[in-house]
Amino acid sequence: MVHGEVWTLKELFVTPNEYIYWSIQIVMYPFMTGLVAGAFVLSSLYHVFGIKELKDIARFALVFSFALLFAAPMPIVLHLQHPFRGINVMMTPHFTSAIAAFGIVFFSYGAIVASELWFLYRKHFVEVALPLKEKKDKTLLEWIKFVIFCTLTLGVYDISEESLKRDEKAIKILAGIGIPVACFLHGYAGFIFGSVKANALWMTPLMPVIFIMSAIVSGIALCMLTYIVTMELRKRFASRNKAPYAMHHQSREEIKSVEIHVIKMTAKYLLFFLIFAISLELLDLIFRGYTAVKSWDVLRSVIYGRDFTDIFILQYGLGNLVPFILFLTPWLTLRRAVIGVILVLFGVFMMRYNVVIGGQAFSLTFAGYMHYHMPIIPHDWETFKEGLGGAVSIFIMPFVLFWVFAKIFPVFNVKESH
Amino acid sequence: MINRREFLKNTVKGIAGLAVPLAAIEIINPGKLRAAKSSEKSKVRWVFLVDTYKCVGCGLCVKACKNENEIPYDANVTRTWVERYVLTKEGRLFADSPKGARDGFITTKIDLGLGNYQDIKKEDIKKAFFVPKLCNQCENPPCVQVCPVGATYQTEDGVVLVDRKWCIGCGYCIMACPYGVRFFHPVHHTAEKCNFCYHRITKGMKTACVQACPFGARMIGNIKDPNDPVTRIITTERVGVLKSEYGTKPQVYYIGLDEEVR
Repeated sequence: MVHGEVWTLKELFVTPNEYIYWSIQIVMYPFMTGLVAGAFVLSSLYHVFGIKELKDIARFALVFSFALLFAAPMPIVLHLQHPFRGINVMMTPHFTSAIAAFGIVFFSYGAIVASELWFLYRKHFVEVALPLKEKKDKTLLEWIKFVIFCTLTLGVYDISEESLKRDEKAIKILAGIGIPVACFLHGYAGFIFGSVKANALWMTPLMPVIFIMSAIVSGIALCMLTYIVTMELRKRFASRNKAPYAMHHQSREEIKSVEIHVIKMTAKYLLFFLIFAISLELLDLIFRGYTAVKSWDVLRSVIYGRDFTDIFILQYGLGNLVPFILFLTPWLTLRRAVIGVILVLFGVFMMRYNVVIGGQAFSLTFAGYMHYHMPIIPHDWETFKEGLGGAVSIFIMPFVLFWVFAKIFPVFNVKESH
Repeated sequence: MINRREFLKNTVKGIAGLAVPLAAIEIINPGKLRAAKSSEKSKVRWVFLVDTYKCVGCGLCVKACKNENEIPYDANVTRTWVERYVLTKEGRLFADSPKGARDGFITTKIDLGLGNYQDIKKEDIKKAFFVPKLCNQCENPPCVQVCPVGATYQTEDGVVLVDRKWCIGCGYCIMACPYGVRFFHPVHHTAEKCNFCYHRITKGMKTACVQACPFGARMIGNIKDPNDPVTRIITTERVGVLKSEYGTKPQVYYIGLDEEVR
């Protein structure tokens, strides 16, 4: 079987070598990268612009962004036909290729997030490491903890008022630099598509901007969702009065009031970016119809015909319009917020799907169509990684990482240093 | 605490010390890192000429290509293929290329995909013809531009080649090609396409498809040699290229190109 043949059905005049080569993993790639960028922008809203209401979610978003960062390049690795050669991109970067820029942008962005995290949690590292250093006859677990946190301090144990002030300044600068880099990280993911001139649907300079906007939307939505889930768990623990969650004396009611307040504030920013994202997407659609160049005939048949359900019902209707109404209706409740953000996430995912798969739904001949059938039940490694299994694994990955990272970078109940 | 004098002294020493090993590292040259492009100096520039009036769609070229270039015979991908176009008097266009026309066009029914076939009556046909396709070896190849590792590159004589040992299989080049000539090799799992039988033409032989064509519909030549018969036709007769609007400057020329061909 030729690569792509398993999930591609051809109709009418399609040239022999055409298949849907960029399948679900390439949908996951901009989706996950978008979540990284979005989560970072959300955290920077507090650090840079000093939006106090977002203080509680800012720290959370930063750690989550770091967890997502590790998941972002995974889809592309799974998609490569020779994953072990992925390192070649770093060894022989060809700067005429948008993908070659990935390594540079990704690592600079990673460095920024990592340093910001370090400054933010430096005090915490010292506070954990120092007592352990003093303590004699450590257990094995304490030894491991000691080694990890001692390494994380990087030998800096100064946590005086003055040095913490400097940390705060560094965080602000890093977050400031981070915003354009985060946007660039995702803008370039859009550029990968926007610069493919052979593809009539992708070929638009709006592509990077559309991608950035929906990235921020999806990042905020995911942070809200994870925040709510984590807070719900804490509420449950608090009501059972279980350590260590109860030791900071936050009662169930307190957590609840904080939670809904944060969610209400964040939802406003979510709506703000959602409006931008939808406007740009609609502008692109209207512009294509208005100018109606040669490719419009086939694009129209795909957009208004074959992909109508995916685009107008699932993406715009269920993914944009419904959450819009849910968030705009007064007296936002948590349940409504959860449904809203899940739908927003789904809408952004469908947008990626409709761009990536929709862009390959028609032949280069403009006279034939290709249908994509995602492999659900895998029968070999390829149908697993390029199918439902691969996509779900990628989606789960950041949550697992977040759980691990939250042990080192505690997201809640840290004694306020800033 | 270190004083300013000490600091400056140490800095100078440090830079001097670093300069020695740094001299061994070549400063990155963006020109060298850019994906390779063909040079103007070369005396050879391979071009292809297809005479669509002569093509009968027998598919011998496709067969020969598959055998010569070790593309699995039954795999549904091919380096070159032949398209059949049928225009009805009602103005409807039908086109197909079953299995890339490897076995020729053995039935008059048009393959519509998904197991459907269209039978067109002889008296309804306005015009019908065959068009062979292959890599256009563009002067400005988008596949070379987008390859993140430079595994796709252009030789000095204008042919675009793929390094199977270096290709990571991202598929970006496949997406970037407006002609759909690229695919993943079913065995090597790397980007694959027609390379004008580079191993043959550089030894003075014809490409496998040119040699296999019984009607002389396919020709290969050197555009920089004014006495080359192919060059003479391209420079003196009216020829066309495919999808010139993409700015790729394709180097496969067609005699008798129809506007319906895409």
